[in-house]
Amino acid sequence: MAKVDAITGWRNLEIGCAITEPGSSRKLKTGDWRSQRPVTDYDKCIKCGLCWIYCPDMVYSPTRDGYFKWNGDYCKGCGICAHECPKDAITMIMEGE
Amino acid sequence: MPKKVGIEVSLAVSEAVCAADVDVIPAYPVTPQTHIVEHLSELVADGELDAEFMPVESEHSAMSACIGAAAVGARTFTATSAPGLALMHEIVFIAPSLRTPIVMVIANRALSGPISIWNDHSDIMAQRDCGWIQTFAENGQEVFDLIIHAFRVAEDPEVLLPMIVNMDGFTLSHVIEPIELLSASEVSQYLKPFEPQLVLDPKNPVTMGPVGVPELYTEARQQAESVLNGSKKVIVRAWKEFAKLYGRSYKPIETYRTEGAEVVLMTMGSVTETAMTAVDRMREKGIEVGLMRFRLWRPFPHEEFRRAVRGIKALAVVDRAISFGAQGGPVCSKVKSALYGAPYQPQVFGFISGLGGRDITVEMFKQMVKKAIRYAKKGEGPVYELIGVRER
Repeated sequence: MAKVDAITGWRNLEIGCAITEPGSSRKLKTGDWRSQRPVTDYDKCIKCGLCWIYCPDMVYSPTRDGYFKWNGDYCKGCGICAHECPKDAITMIMEGE
Repeated sequence: MPKKVGIEVSLAVSEAVCAADVDVIPAYPVTPQTHIVEHLSELVADGELDAEFMPVESEHSAMSACIGAAAVGARTFTATSAPGLALMHEIVFIAPSLRTPIVMVIANRALSGPISIWNDHSDIMAQRDCGWIQTFAENGQEVFDLIIHAFRVAEDPEVLLPMIVNMDGFTLSHVIEPIELLSASEVSQYLKPFEPQLVLDPKNPVTMGPVGVPELYTEARQQAESVLNGSKKVIVRAWKEFAKLYGRSYKPIETYRTEGAEVVLMTMGSVTETAMTAVDRMREKGIEVGLMRFRLWRPFPHEEFRRAVRGIKALAVVDRAISFGAQGGPVCSKVKSALYGAPYQPQVFGFISGLGGRDITVEMFKQMVKKAIRYAKKGEGPVYELIGVRER
């Protein structure tokens, strides 16, 4: 499960809950309500990058050897990557399994 | 020394806003608007006030534009009434949440239906829990002074909350009264330029109004609640400084002839002056009656209220709005809850009167006092009652 670490006490909030630090949304890990997670079978993967392109939350990032790595902190488990994968290399697994 | 002039109260509001040297006035200029923004548009067009007058397409847009203006650090003002305020409703809640110190005057009028344009407090009571500081004026002079005070309090770095000054529609807004108008230079001794703590500025970007996820929303609301409650000391301090400079003194709650009073009428707004006449006439006849008025409605002045009712046997609370289905009016309900657990608790009797422009006469106030005396002796009365309803 993703851990939310942008959370703070009310006294530490900026005036009117404003955000004064650019890029701070990285700290708010939004994947904690996911019920399923995608798992890639790298034997089937052809490095086409469609999972990376289609992911609405930019959860995949390219690795040095040409594959795409999943970051569970921001994945909501929508399954678009699994649906789009032309080689059926991505399987949705129930969280907790 | 400022001179008293005979002036329509709405125009005096515009003069107060002009003397406060506002920067931006977004307003929907058509009905239910009063002369307030009409005269402000004249003052801007004539070059007497160096401000941006934004005639927008609705009150929803007016309040949205107010928030935008205050967010870039502009001193911001708007005014509206009943259905206009109702149309603003969604955005009214956002202004305190973003801590934008807008000042808004509401010429209080009834909400339809049946269609009404006349005076009561149903418009503001529907916005009661919006998070704004809310004051109620009794007469034209007080309206003028409360506007100057509102800018001072709203923009205080400890507060940074929007503020509503309520004045009765027509009964005040369209009436000519003798008012001492302070000039811009006189007001500048009291009201320093607005120094915002956070501004929208491309060179130093901030995000105002982000999503409040469930993990943060409660904390954001706690901040808004805590700042509103804490604003009372700034409100009172600003009134004390106002008195020092201009000689007129204001308090969260005003009392009139409450010494030794058996029953005390509780009012808000301009009907208080009629109630004073009723109190004077009844005192002449030996009836021990007094009067109390809330000037500060939000944050509710709990401590001052509990102190003020000490020794009073019964309160006759006059509401000018119905809280439908709650069996009473919003003021009486608040009064009762404020007394719960208090060391001294007078009996409380609720009266609803003066709806949709119907006058509350001296005789009607006398009737309420007599009823309250009778109920107090008996030790019980109706939960609430409407005064002046025709049965046939």
